[in-house]
Amino acid sequence: MTSDFLLALAQAIAKGLLTGMVYGLMALGLSVIFGVMRVVNFAHGEMMVVGMYLAWAAFSYAEVTPLISLPLIALLFFALGYLLQRGLISPFINRPEHQQFLLLLAIATLLANGALAIAGPDSRVVQLDSQFDSYEVGPLVFDAVRVHAAVAALAIAALLWLFFTRTRTGKAIRAAADNHMGALVVGLDVRRLYAFTFGVGAACVGAAGALMITIVPVTPFLAAEYTLLAFIIVIVGGLGSMTGALLGGLLIGVSEAVAGLLLQPSLKSMFSFGLLIVVLLLRPQGLLGRKDAR
Amino acid sequence: MSRLTAGVPPRVLVMLAVLLALLVAAPALLGGYGLSVLILVLYFAYVGQAWNIMMGFAGQLSLGHALYAGLGGYAAAGLYFHYGIGPWAGVVAAVAAAVVAGGIVGYLGFRFSLAGVYFALLTIAFAEFTRIGFDNWEWAGGSGGLFLKVERNVLDIANLRGGPVLFYYVILILAVGCFVLCRVLLESKLGRYWLAIREDAEAAQAVGVPVLRCKMLAVTISAALTAVAGVWNGFYYNNLFPETAFGISRSIEITLSPIIGGLGTLFGPFVGAIVLTGMGEIFTDLSDWLHIAGIKQIFYGLALLVIVMYRPAGVWPWLARRLGVEERRS
Amino acid sequence: MGAPLPLRHALAQASANLKVALLLPTSGALALIGQACKRGADVANDVLAEVGVPAKLDIVNYDTETKADQARTQAEKAIQAGAHVLVGAFDSGQTIAIAQVAEQKGVPLIVNIAAAPPITESGYKFIVRNFPTAPQLLASGFGMQKEIFKASGVTPKTAVLLCLNDTIGATYVGAIKANWAKLDMPYQLLDIITYDAAVKDLSVEVAKAKATKAELLLPICKLNDGKLMFQELVKQRWEPMIINPGGPATYEQDFIKPLGKYSEFAISMVPWVDPKRPMTKVLEKYHAARFPNDQFDLDAGFTFEAMLIAAHAWLAAKSTKPDALMDALRKIKIDDHVIIGGPIEFDAKGQNPNIKIAALENFNRKPLVVLPAASADGQLVFPPPGWNDKRRT
Repeated sequence: MTSDFLLALAQAIAKGLLTGMVYGLMALGLSVIFGVMRVVNFAHGEMMVVGMYLAWAAFSYAEVTPLISLPLIALLFFALGYLLQRGLISPFINRPEHQQFLLLLAIATLLANGALAIAGPDSRVVQLDSQFDSYEVGPLVFDAVRVHAAVAALAIAALLWLFFTRTRTGKAIRAAADNHMGALVVGLDVRRLYAFTFGVGAACVGAAGALMITIVPVTPFLAAEYTLLAFIIVIVGGLGSMTGALLGGLLIGVSEAVAGLLLQPSLKSMFSFGLLIVVLLLRPQGLLGRKDAR
Repeated sequence: MSRLTAGVPPRVLVMLAVLLALLVAAPALLGGYGLSVLILVLYFAYVGQAWNIMMGFAGQLSLGHALYAGLGGYAAAGLYFHYGIGPWAGVVAAVAAAVVAGGIVGYLGFRFSLAGVYFALLTIAFAEFTRIGFDNWEWAGGSGGLFLKVERNVLDIANLRGGPVLFYYVILILAVGCFVLCRVLLESKLGRYWLAIREDAEAAQAVGVPVLRCKMLAVTISAALTAVAGVWNGFYYNNLFPETAFGISRSIEITLSPIIGGLGTLFGPFVGAIVLTGMGEIFTDLSDWLHIAGIKQIFYGLALLVIVMYRPAGVWPWLARRLGVEERRS
Repeated sequence: MGAPLPLRHALAQASANLKVALLLPTSGALALIGQACKRGADVANDVLAEVGVPAKLDIVNYDTETKADQARTQAEKAIQAGAHVLVGAFDSGQTIAIAQVAEQKGVPLIVNIAAAPPITESGYKFIVRNFPTAPQLLASGFGMQKEIFKASGVTPKTAVLLCLNDTIGATYVGAIKANWAKLDMPYQLLDIITYDAAVKDLSVEVAKAKATKAELLLPICKLNDGKLMFQELVKQRWEPMIINPGGPATYEQDFIKPLGKYSEFAISMVPWVDPKRPMTKVLEKYHAARFPNDQFDLDAGFTFEAMLIAAHAWLAAKSTKPDALMDALRKIKIDDHVIIGGPIEFDAKGQNPNIKIAALENFNRKPLVVLPAASADGQLVFPPPGWNDKRRT
């Protein structure tokens, strides 16, 4: 193990942690939605891509950096998510999986192709002034943009945690997730709660999109892989666990980076899927999920 | 034969016979374009029916069915490409590969009690894992793809070299065969066990239904049939790429016809295939006319949305009620 | 051609022009390139008229949606609607699907862009390809690299290949590995690092490449990963010599604009339009007039040439019958065209052996030809200046 290799490994892990933070935020949205409502949001990646486009548009046409447009985008996504849930998804919550899947697939198709029709197939990039800056800590080089994105993601996750543990609505949502029947008995308006939840989940995804566009260019075709990635993270980290989603994001980020270093990079994703299979088989509730949460 | 047609009103038998006659005569009635569309319809009907066995009959949502089609296609095409082994023998290897894969997926899923979404994700993971594996496997051509040699004006049934008409009849036979097979399965004891498991697996287990065995049979039969579709596909298009053979869009494609047509029904996948492919062609024309690229997929998405909201059980059950030919659930 | 299908069919019957069906991926994952190709065909008739080729083409567009089964049904549709010639389709999988239909129906297919060897190695009789195969591209491209070293006086001793593992990339890597000895390059290839197409970040891959300490980087990438790669190069402060040995991306507007000054001086080996040829200037004029915001590049150039070839074949055959057209195509020799290279003609397999690879270098946000000298409109700068060098603006 040469020091060169160790350095490369450390660098890879560092990079993986930063990227993983943003992945974690994206997966958080999915975890919230699935954890509470058991709806499989197959349009998750598409929603994030729309978020990326909105942030890009704000940057290109209004010169607003994604970090500033993020709160607005999150708010917009919250509203849209709320409406989507009340309007379209609500009747499907108790329907069989394949119908939910088809509904969200239809929504995903509409979002992705709507983006294609409006923004065209060209990939869009947000080129920040700090794009090529980096922070150096000893021999390690940290990409400035990624650091900012990771910090923002962490901040948002912290806000969410406060929401779920300190506010009444947040606690009510958690209660409904834990015990649907009990929540009804106690008199919680579950329908409104679900809509709120979907809104919160959507807001997370939108925020993640605003951060992701600073790291990665966006095309309409990016969506499917992000949906898959979100699912892998959520399963590995544990459904319904916020920390689990973040942890899962970090884990996947790091494992991808390390696998890329040790194995042939083109086998990187294979590693993630292998990890998913192993987790599904050995510990389907994920690392931090609770056993009865399925 | 009498068991097959038991309980089916004569009216329905006549309609089926007429339909079959039309399908057999189709190459003479349709031009090249129409035939190519009908070939697609039958392909989706067949592969959708195969998927339907696992989902509609045994209740397991598989979103990674491209795994079996891809394995089947690559097995047969690979053998033909490297060793000149014809598809009729190659299909045996194809089915074997798919049965093994299906067995693994099914066993792991059932042994570890994965259901619903978790099982679906497992199937996706296996398909993606295999896709990347094939991307890096030289024998199968890697991501550069596997290409089969094509001959013109040759009718070589042994090696499936020939024009669209040859492939049309092969897929027609496969689709009809699958239809009959499903009918037989549904009427059999296995079919009744499947129904019991679908309604309430725990209760079924309690009364002595061999749940694990029945589920495994559903998965392996479904996988085997899908593999044959993969073989047909490989020889029809003469090229295979891991991305298109194992990709998730391929898996999703397979599920659309039976879901739209009507899960668990016999005729659903066929009706679904007609609706989807027909819609696809109409929308293509429409988007040509409107000169906006990608508008077809938007119409497509809207159509899916409408169908799942207003006809969630599928188009066929509604149509069948209207025509008075409802399928009797055994 | 905006009319719905049946009306289009009727119109087609009426005119006596050559009906060309253009099959391209104008939607789906390859939409960007499909639409770029289409632009070359959109101005074809204007250019043909101006340069004095007395043929008018009825070009009908079909969208393959980047899917082989759609490519196939659209090809059938086109032939049924009376197309005399098919042109397409950029992607190898779709092109082969169309080729089978063309072969079975006996309608000529002119391939505008597609590099996979099997297209002209599978024994199709009704196909001609006016584009180099991947091995040809590479052999010619690597040969051109030696020209660059000669012209600049600088030869790297070591190189590393960083390549996308998709259809194009895998074909190239295979060709490179198989022919390395024959290519006889003056540098040692230290490593071939490949990465999956669905990649979101290339820091590990670039770190690996940097760790080899190679002097020359040979990237084979597409737009998205190309941008990620170059960003990583800058961030990791690695400044190797960079030559794209034959892949796409590094000369495209969608790569140059976002990367700005970091895209300058990147060298690409690609078949390209010849800026010194008179017909190219005419084509560029009409393209700029109609599509002022889009780059004029090989996509438009090759697609226009496919139309040019169809027009010449028709004039030579004096008939729209497929056998006559195919015969004329096989015997064709066109001296006056737009792509860098010798006259357009096809060998026994339907392959055009005369296309030359050019070396392009990005200057002032545009790719200019630097070699071969006869077609050059830019001055070679090699090795490239560092990322923060004053010359990068």
